[in-house]
Amino acid sequence: MNYIDSSLKVVGTRPVRPDGVDKVTGRAVFAADTRAAGMLWGKVLRSPHAHARIVSIDTSKARALKGVFAVVTAADFPDIPSEEAFVGEGPMNFRDLALNCMARTKVLYEGHALAAVAASTQAIADAALALIDVTYEVLPHVIDVEAAMAPDAPVLHDDMFTTGVDPKPAKPSNIAKVVTFKKGDAEAGFKDADVIVEGRYTTQPVHQAYIEPHACLASCSPDGQVQIHSSSQGHFMVRAYTAKLLGLNMANIRVNPAEIGGGFGGKTLVYLEPVAVALSRKCGRSVKMQMTREDVFRASGPTSGATVEVTLGAKRDGTIVAAKQVLKYQAGAFAGSPIGPGCMCGFAMYDLPNVDVVGYDVVSNRPKVAAYRAPGAPITSFAVESAMDELATKLGIDALTLREKNAARNGTKTHYGPTHQNIGFTAVLDAVKAHPHWKAPLKPGQGRGLATGFWFNIGGESTAQVHVNEDGSVTAATGSPDIGGSRASIGMMVAEVLGVPPTTVRTIVADTASIGFTHLTGGSRVTFATGMAATQAAEKVVEDLKKRAAQTWDIPVEAVEWKDGMAYPAGSNAGAFEPLDLATLALKAARTGGPLVAEVSVNAQGAGPGFGAHICDVSVDAETGAVTIERYTAIQDVGKAIHPSYVEGQIQGGAAQGIGWALNEEYIYNAKGQMENAGFLDYRVPVASDVPMIEAVLVEVPNPRHPFGARGVGEVPIIPPMAAIANAIRGATGLRMVDLPMSPPKVRAAFDAAG
Amino acid sequence: MPTVVLASGSAGQQFTGGQTEFEVEATNFRRLVLELERRFPGLGRQVEESMAIAIDGEIFQDAYAAELKPDSEIYLIPRIGGG
Amino acid sequence: MAKTYVSATINGESSEFLCETQQTLLDVLRDVIGLTGSKEGCASGDCGACSVIMDGRLVCSCLVLGVEAEGATITTIEGIANGEKLHPVQQKFLEHAALQCGFCTPGLIVATKALLDENPNPTETEARYWLAGNLCRCTGYDKVIRAVMDAAAELRGEAVG
Repeated sequence: MNYIDSSLKVVGTRPVRPDGVDKVTGRAVFAADTRAAGMLWGKVLRSPHAHARIVSIDTSKARALKGVFAVVTAADFPDIPSEEAFVGEGPMNFRDLALNCMARTKVLYEGHALAAVAASTQAIADAALALIDVTYEVLPHVIDVEAAMAPDAPVLHDDMFTTGVDPKPAKPSNIAKVVTFKKGDAEAGFKDADVIVEGRYTTQPVHQAYIEPHACLASCSPDGQVQIHSSSQGHFMVRAYTAKLLGLNMANIRVNPAEIGGGFGGKTLVYLEPVAVALSRKCGRSVKMQMTREDVFRASGPTSGATVEVTLGAKRDGTIVAAKQVLKYQAGAFAGSPIGPGCMCGFAMYDLPNVDVVGYDVVSNRPKVAAYRAPGAPITSFAVESAMDELATKLGIDALTLREKNAARNGTKTHYGPTHQNIGFTAVLDAVKAHPHWKAPLKPGQGRGLATGFWFNIGGESTAQVHVNEDGSVTAATGSPDIGGSRASIGMMVAEVLGVPPTTVRTIVADTASIGFTHLTGGSRVTFATGMAATQAAEKVVEDLKKRAAQTWDIPVEAVEWKDGMAYPAGSNAGAFEPLDLATLALKAARTGGPLVAEVSVNAQGAGPGFGAHICDVSVDAETGAVTIERYTAIQDVGKAIHPSYVEGQIQGGAAQGIGWALNEEYIYNAKGQMENAGFLDYRVPVASDVPMIEAVLVEVPNPRHPFGARGVGEVPIIPPMAAIANAIRGATGLRMVDLPMSPPKVRAAFDAAG
Repeated sequence: MPTVVLASGSAGQQFTGGQTEFEVEATNFRRLVLELERRFPGLGRQVEESMAIAIDGEIFQDAYAAELKPDSEIYLIPRIGGG
Repeated sequence: MAKTYVSATINGESSEFLCETQQTLLDVLRDVIGLTGSKEGCASGDCGACSVIMDGRLVCSCLVLGVEAEGATITTIEGIANGEKLHPVQQKFLEHAALQCGFCTPGLIVATKALLDENPNPTETEARYWLAGNLCRCTGYDKVIRAVMDAAAELRGEAVG
């Protein structure tokens, strides 16, 4: 059923979330809060070298230490073959993932795991790590993307031959693949252009920087039954990877989803779980592992840094006739940067006749990248949306007008092929135009920037159950870890369908043994896809309730209607009966057919794409180079906001992360390829005093493929901030910042260079 | 007969000798994959494991039953994940 | 290693524990006493997820040794509500949807309580600088600051706007 044009009682309101009280009182149980009897502490030995061959590992002294119960190295894991599958948030090669969890012959970045111990205390575990003797043959390393592409660069993988080029290269290199997208004839288009702008932009790897470090508790019993409590964006993903990396049967692994303390894409693959299980399997005790903040920075995440060249050609009236991009994305130590979306998202906001995009996926001696909110899109959009601003300046056209003129609409064919359908980009631009911020006068010295963003959003596999309990209260269970309030939105959709207040419905996240498969929480898919499954499950329950009422009244089921949480006879012909509410029907459930339960599994398609536009005012201190965000407005097509507060929260949080990416965040390496700022003091994420209020404006162009019209909302808001801020700096100072982060030293240097 | 366009240069073209457009007799995604695999061994598997299909502007991932009409616009693009 | 006997008042109850010299107050709270509401996000005093109030002062419990708690009065997130009744700060965090993942929330609530104990009428800027030691990666701080300002107004007995 579709509720897009229905009058809604619950969806669109702002009830207190079901897990709220636990989280404001300290009761909520995150992975590191779990304990088990006889639990050991597991710790990981990490490489101090950016690139080295492992000549030997001698663990005998560590094993002999009193209080040490198990030591594992790659020898304790099966040497699995190269095999690619789509389990987490992109194509994942299981062999790469296994080698990332535990290095076998080479360490490929500082922080790369190569052994682990389980001991009775953390202090003993630390002491044991210090007793492991590793002989390394240190190899030359390479950190930056373009250096890694050079013909004489140290090669990380002898078996990596660039794919996507013809003929296949004769020599291995660090370029994993080349991706190309072409539409029309870019060369001819540029010849036809009156004005051309060109730019080269660089971005630095940034970490998702969830506040909760990765943690898990695992136990393996002698009969091979494995229990895992862990913090992840997908407990089914944890099960799949753990099974694969250890050669276990999935039915023997039960993963309990702990509360997750932030992920943003960074918890879509495993680091600790297979190691903890391997340790537990060796000693028969439960093993708890948690990363330090340093480990999180050095060995998990981040997203790619990149070099992006962009060229735009336009007619004098602002019509863009040709566009070109060359993108070089760092993948970290293993192939798999988000280069595909990088190539697709940059120009997806615009109707462009001639486009030429080439992308490179490049490995270097850095931690393997993980997904981070709209993976790949913020990088490409920083370049394109900065170039759009340059183009507007050169043409003497207003930044919004230029975008309106070239905006993608329904029926616009994208450069990567598909034709946009049911998109709300022009509605978003209309909202920019109508917003008081766009017209507000700027104070002296301030500048205003505008930038836009696009993300596909995804659907995928989800399972939901709706149980009407014996007293008429309702439990909704799903397989989606709740990362930002999805229990609230799912419970609201179920309540809406059942016609009951949201407080009647309790939503939980069920473990891998208690509910059907559900793809992980990511790509902004949960409210869309799991919401779809939950809505359908609630509809099945309503159909069942109507049957029960029909039995109770002894009338045909067609003569029963469901309204406001109660069964009514449909019209006077059906008979005069008092309505039956959930509690009454639940009480008699045994007499009318047994428990009231429905489970629905879907593979949801039709995730409507999302578009956003951010307006940002800045002031720049010419003396220190510090940029202050004075005002920030984030406008986005959200389809339909199920719980508007949490939709706004996604937008505000994404914008703040983008502000950090723009102004401060970066990985700093020394000459040995070691990260020098692996802590929150030196890797500076935005704090409360760094940002103003962020006004989130919800534009609602319903997605016809979702029962309530919802679109994913979590990805888009991180895309526009970098260019919005760069464009605002340009407005305030006349300086075009092309290298992220636009930190005080860089802005100062730009002032100095400009004289 | 629907025309299929292989949009990405990376994933599929190694199997097709550079060809990017094909007419394929298929009324659903599964038939399309089987047909591509028959014509270009390796491509079907590549499509199934690392690509998504956009049919008339809507992106489908893992949907064998997704329907193809004779005049459908069909693109094979990289799969999409997310954060 | 010999352990030290420590006696402190935690959330209004007298509490006794044995701790190793190098154990932080955060380790003691979480691993010895079992109060896991205080979180470890960095163990270096940068994130504020482990914030507690010790003798009236807001501290990062990861930067305090367990043995330093001797004789101290400590309030953790578990001691902010009055039994079943939520503190206005907690209530306002819920009403304003000022949390997403909820991991930084205990620290933010403890820090806000400490702020309002000291300054019942903070400006937005004062609130932002006070809370600058509590990292939140989910919310962008907008709704957090709104909750803090609203809680302050309620605690002052002003009509809630």
